[in-house]
Amino acid sequence: MTEARRQTLLWLAQRASAAVLAVCVTAHLATIFYVAREHLGAAEILDRTRGSWMLAMFYAVFVVAAAVHAPLGVRAICEEWLGWRGRPLDRATLVAAALLLAPGLGAVWAVFA
Amino acid sequence: MSSDRTLEVSVWRGDVAGRFAAYRVPRHANQTVLDVVIHIQRELDPTLSYRFACRVGVCGSCAMTVNGIARWTCRTHVNKVAADGRLELAPLAHLPVIRDLVTDLRPFFDKWARAGGRFQGKTTRHDPLAVVRPDAPERRVVDAAIECIGCAVCYASCDLVAWRPDYLGPAALNRAWTLVNDARDGARAERLAAVAGDAGCHACHTQMGCSKRCPKHLSPTVSIAGLKRLTARAAWSGAL
Repeated sequence: MTEARRQTLLWLAQRASAAVLAVCVTAHLATIFYVAREHLGAAEILDRTRGSWMLAMFYAVFVVAAAVHAPLGVRAICEEWLGWRGRPLDRATLVAAALLLAPGLGAVWAVFA
Repeated sequence: MSSDRTLEVSVWRGDVAGRFAAYRVPRHANQTVLDVVIHIQRELDPTLSYRFACRVGVCGSCAMTVNGIARWTCRTHVNKVAADGRLELAPLAHLPVIRDLVTDLRPFFDKWARAGGRFQGKTTRHDPLAVVRPDAPERRVVDAAIECIGCAVCYASCDLVAWRPDYLGPAALNRAWTLVNDARDGARAERLAAVAGDAGCHACHTQMGCSKRCPKHLSPTVSIAGLKRLTARAAWSGAL
């Protein structure tokens, strides 16, 4: 893959994940308002999330979008403010993505299973 | 102390390690900032270095930092930028200072070359002339961006150029945008590859400093957004 194509696809991934996050954050905020208005406790929330494929899939998509979007944004900041480039930055981006993805998906699984 | 008849002018003298020097210049009706600089050089201090040519907003050579903002000085009236009678003149930002108000524009134009800013025709002199309809969508896009005079005001007004010295900058990307929309040009793929990536169009944060300051009222931001769209399509289809 050419460097130009790789850079462009990374940019595309960040923009696409931003679009997904816009929807996910809105739905998540609506859920929080619902939980607060209904005075739902932890047990009642877990009652609704356990075994719910719909909620699990929604939050899995949310986690993946965040794990794509945030590391790419931090990567750009590192490039501009710290002058960090090349392979070490690629590896750090992947590590940051993994650090968001693993606990995020773990949390989704924890409230589903 | 400035008055209705006098301007207090601070002018950068020396190279990067220089300092501001103070001058008092008579104020006149319809006086431009370039008129002020010319007065200083001709009447007060002949050693002052600056650059200008046409004096009518065509050549793009007289841009300077006027009271902290990059402007073309030949078309900037003193009344509009120095209501209190004070002017601070410095060389353009983000470019090496040669001396006084003169910057080295090589990095600026080298980036035009890096962005594929040279037209590359795909026909010979033996072929018939290309017919470009004025109302063709691509031609309209070019019309909106083609009047760049290469003054580097956009480049000096772009924060990203300071943060990423290898960033191609608004003017070079705007130039590339006019060429990728030129039906006669034969280097579209190479040009898209040259402007894609983190030192090219994808680095732009859309802060629009370039569009706000462009003296020709062009919008390099729109051109850069167009390049982002074209390169994204090319990358997605594998053409990049």
